[in-house]
Amino acid sequence: MEFLMASGIGVMTAAGVYLLLRARTFPVIVGLTFLSYAVNAFIFAMGRLETEKPPILALKLAQYTDPLPQALVLTAIVIAFGMTAMAVVLVLRAYLEVDSDHVDGDSDNREGTGR
Amino acid sequence: MSHWIILPVILPAIAASLLLLGLNKDQALERTVALTSTAAQFAVAVALTVAATQTPAEAYLLGNWPAPFGIVLVLDRLSAMMLLLTSALALFVLLYALGGWDKRGRHFHALFQFQLMGVNGAFLTGDVFNLFVFYEVLLIASYGLMVHGSGGERLKAGTHYVITNLTGSALFLIAVTMIYGVTGTLNMADLAVKVPQVAAGDQGLLQAGALLLLLVFGIKAALVPLHFWLPGTYAASSAPVAALFAIMTKVGAYSILRFYTLAFGADAGPATFVAGPWLLPAALVTMVIGMVGMLAARQLRWLVAFGVVGSMGTLLTGFSLFTAEALSAGMYYMLHSTFIAAGLFLLVEQISIRRGSDAVAPGSSFAGIGLTSSLFMAAAIAMAGLPPLSGFLGKLLILDAARDSGAMGWIWTLILVTSFLSIVAFARAGSLVFWKRGGDVAPESPTGPQPVLPLVATIGVLAMTALLSAFAGPVSGYLDETARQLMAPTDYIAAVLGADALASR
Repeated sequence: MEFLMASGIGVMTAAGVYLLLRARTFPVIVGLTFLSYAVNAFIFAMGRLETEKPPILALKLAQYTDPLPQALVLTAIVIAFGMTAMAVVLVLRAYLEVDSDHVDGDSDNREGTGR
Repeated sequence: MSHWIILPVILPAIAASLLLLGLNKDQALERTVALTSTAAQFAVAVALTVAATQTPAEAYLLGNWPAPFGIVLVLDRLSAMMLLLTSALALFVLLYALGGWDKRGRHFHALFQFQLMGVNGAFLTGDVFNLFVFYEVLLIASYGLMVHGSGGERLKAGTHYVITNLTGSALFLIAVTMIYGVTGTLNMADLAVKVPQVAAGDQGLLQAGALLLLLVFGIKAALVPLHFWLPGTYAASSAPVAALFAIMTKVGAYSILRFYTLAFGADAGPATFVAGPWLLPAALVTMVIGMVGMLAARQLRWLVAFGVVGSMGTLLTGFSLFTAEALSAGMYYMLHSTFIAAGLFLLVEQISIRRGSDAVAPGSSFAGIGLTSSLFMAAAIAMAGLPPLSGFLGKLLILDAARDSGAMGWIWTLILVTSFLSIVAFARAGSLVFWKRGGDVAPESPTGPQPVLPLVATIGVLAMTALLSAFAGPVSGYLDETARQLMAPTDYIAAVLGADALASR
């Protein structure tokens, strides 16, 4: 499980960074999403990996897993989701206004768009 | 005093919600609510600052959960001072925006209040994860404010700004959870207790987390090499938004100050002041880049934006030494640079409206040139650090505090040389803009009397630097005590965790 988790986080981060560097707004947003998934998995892993133990503190339970990372992941997911939605709207607006999906607004393919 | 501590977060939250829930149909009502809320925050900040001078530190347990488990807000001298700074700045900026900027886009006032909520929350929170949450609150409001008024240029800069900060947020979470994975806590006071006890084998992970966090705070504070987003963002924003953003870089500086004196402070074992050796060179380079950028600026807004970068370098140089004198000096410079940067952004817009452009190039004469040029000169003197205004005192205090440092030669040389560079940059800009005539006559330059409210707000912010130097004695007295509190955070830890926690340290 450790190997799967670690390599999963690594691959997602690598994909996220690669897409961020593409400098096109849509890949950048997908890259940010990948990055936030990797971060969520990382938060989860930092509370130590356990199986078949509930994240609840109760007297009857002898063993439980750390509930705090789960609460943190929940917050992080909500925030990342909201931020991604915000970024999509902004980038769409920028695309319509500047007529280019390059993050710098340079339209190296402006001839192709016919304007 | 206890319940007052949460008011700086709740007041703007309520005001912003009211504004979103339909009050924005009626403009007069909308403005009244925004102004009332901001003025009330100022009053609360004054009360909290007075309270902070009387009690060492006070914790507010949300839901009354005991400290390491629940969320906690902490009021001490530093957070009270930052609240006061924020609300004073916000009041002036809001007055300026009422001159017409708030009508150029939707929901300006609601976003403004949410921004204040995020900033105030970040200053008050005693928990690293909540610091992240409040960062996101202030960022998402700032995204909205940044593109306020719209336009292609602004959206382009906005895209950069948003993507930079979203990447920064991902790094923030990684850093925070690395620290959590090693120490098992996110409460800053609890971290101060747990960090010295971290086993030698985990030190690598702990310090990597701490330095990664410095990177995140560095993005906010525009520290080299993470400053690239700032000049473009500030230059593209509308004037009141750029002026309000002057406090946002200070949130980064505040976080560095709080986190690395509390959790990684004098008693943190092998991780003692882990940020210092990295922060000092970065701050010095930031200072040089900012001031050289000022020389290269072709528009007044870029000139001021690079000035902000340079002043962040100066104040972080003070912080990076981690001695009581240097922290006190850095905080004085922080107060000064917030007001002067905001004032200059507002003033530059006043000039460019009258003049038709803000290019640093010869232009036509314009109505009201006497007043704006004298204000520009006063602001330039303050920002460059010439006597008698507060920039001079701030830089002098930092130079004095660096006397015992090993890097004294570097610090003195670079501060003095960059001050000279910024004098040259301001002198060049001022003489081109106000003295030289040439180019096309500005089209449709307004000639009537200047609108009163924006001008009053601009003068008000700039006057704060004069006040800061007039009352330098009491202010630095307060700051010296604050720095002492930061260097020995026993009051803070005792307030959050109870006096017993100190025994196990």
